[in-house]
Amino acid sequence: MASAPVVVIGVGNTMRADDAAGVLAVRRLAPRPGVEIREQSGEATALLEALRGRAAALVVDAALGAEPGRLHRLDAAARPLPQGLFGVSSHGFGVAEGIELARALGALPPVCVVYALEGDCFDTGAPLSDAVARALPRLAEDITKDIEKCTKRT
Amino acid sequence: MAVKKIKVDYLARVEGEGALHVTLRDGAVRDVELRIFEPPRFFEAFLRGRAFGEAPDITARICGICPVAYQMSAVHAMEDALGVAVDGPLRPLRRLLYCGEWIESHGLHIYLLHAPDFLGYESAIAMARDHQAEVERGLQLKKVGNEIVQLVGGREIHPINVRVGGFYRTPARRELAPLAERLKWARDAALETVRWVAGFEFPDCERDYEFVALRHPDEYPFNEGRVVSSKGLDIGARDYDANFEERHVAHSTALQSVIRGRGAYLVGPLARYSLNFERLSPLAQEAARAAGLGETCANPYKSIVVRAIETLYACDEALRLIEAYREPERPALPVEPRAGSGYACTEAPRGLLYHRYALDAQGTITDAKIVPPTSQNQTSIEDDLRAFLPDWLGLDDEALRWRCEQTIRNYDPCISCSCHFLRLELERG
Repeated sequence: MASAPVVVIGVGNTMRADDAAGVLAVRRLAPRPGVEIREQSGEATALLEALRGRAAALVVDAALGAEPGRLHRLDAAARPLPQGLFGVSSHGFGVAEGIELARALGALPPVCVVYALEGDCFDTGAPLSDAVARALPRLAEDITKDIEKCTKRT
Repeated sequence: MAVKKIKVDYLARVEGEGALHVTLRDGAVRDVELRIFEPPRFFEAFLRGRAFGEAPDITARICGICPVAYQMSAVHAMEDALGVAVDGPLRPLRRLLYCGEWIESHGLHIYLLHAPDFLGYESAIAMARDHQAEVERGLQLKKVGNEIVQLVGGREIHPINVRVGGFYRTPARRELAPLAERLKWARDAALETVRWVAGFEFPDCERDYEFVALRHPDEYPFNEGRVVSSKGLDIGARDYDANFEERHVAHSTALQSVIRGRGAYLVGPLARYSLNFERLSPLAQEAARAAGLGETCANPYKSIVVRAIETLYACDEALRLIEAYREPERPALPVEPRAGSGYACTEAPRGLLYHRYALDAQGTITDAKIVPPTSQNQTSIEDDLRAFLPDWLGLDDEALRWRCEQTIRNYDPCISCSCHFLRLELERG
């Protein structure tokens, strides 16, 4: 069962360049009571299970885009995520599918924010791109502000 | 001459990247190509120069869905090369780990990838809106499989607790007790799953496959047995290369396997079931009969029912193993390097998985060969489409494309593993 009312999930693979962005962003967050910080690969059913029973969920992932370092803040509780922003994961079942499956099953937290940071390179073994590295501190600050709002609410 | 092409550029609800191109000419099927364009992954080359003990962890990375099969084929092949026989209480623990992977993998495919085809939904998400209870049951069932892999394998994905000779750590009996409680629920859920999928409508399609699977004297096969076929093959893993051949085809980055002198064959749930029905537990046999299956099944669309039977078996077997579990005196047998060659086949959820290694005197890998189930089934997938397509030509393009994709999904293909995979292109006229 979910223990903390707020969950922050960093999604990615630290061995695939900018795909690490979500994981690296949540590693910059300070621990605080009532907030669970998790790292995941982006597999939909694991994401769904992590979302269950929470008052709020913040999901951080790298995205495909034309502007590396550009940050999107998406209100997933209000509307479905745009198609094509995230790469496909195992069986084409990734972050967007995990969130939509949670919505279909009534398991989506009332607050669900997805941060998507556009990446440049997703090659195995390649380093983080400069644009993504530069964007991480601001991303962590934005997440922290949302965590503060969520913990006040819960 | 009228020509029409059907293209599926990216096959959905399969693991990895592939496409299907079908060419119809004057109302006849001219060509079927399952095009696998997932980039080659070179695992066999990565393994060269590594120590024998690293193979289970490296090969576990080949697949996020069936890592247990990869690492266990590697472990068994190494033990074959090094003259180690793992028996006693370590062996049932290996079977338990397999049960976890089968429950997890079959649960995912039945509920989230394959059932939408039979119920007319484009995705599991669309299906979940109307079939919430069933989807929740599937998710919980898969979770129980994950919990077994977590406990015995050390973590849910790419387990790290398996080593040549045994495990790094073995669980205490008390750790398995809560799992047994979860498995009792899972066994009931698996039985419900069999009843649910048995009620789907299946096209009346059967083919004369050569089924290939492991066969053990008294167990439904996971990780031990002879490689047997419905057309008389009966060999040990050491003779695999002499009897099977991998071929390059221009349209696929995955090699295609054939039986030397005969051609296409079929591995996976239908083959295992048809060659091993009498080795299923009484509960699984009874459920299969109640679901309307005979002792063999050659209708690929009914693979979803067979997967459900195998899921039930895996829950039943896991409970039996836990009840009988004795804590091993030590987690692994000692293993000394020596020069030699090792061969092993195990039963991944998708079918037979062959590994072969050569080691030098220090135990360094000098050669590796891995033949995944999806590459073995590629020719049969194309043959299914060639055989069934003529009856479907009256369908409109969308319905035809869907039927083609469903036919491919019968195999639960794991394209990433086979690249050594889907887009559908149909040319018709």
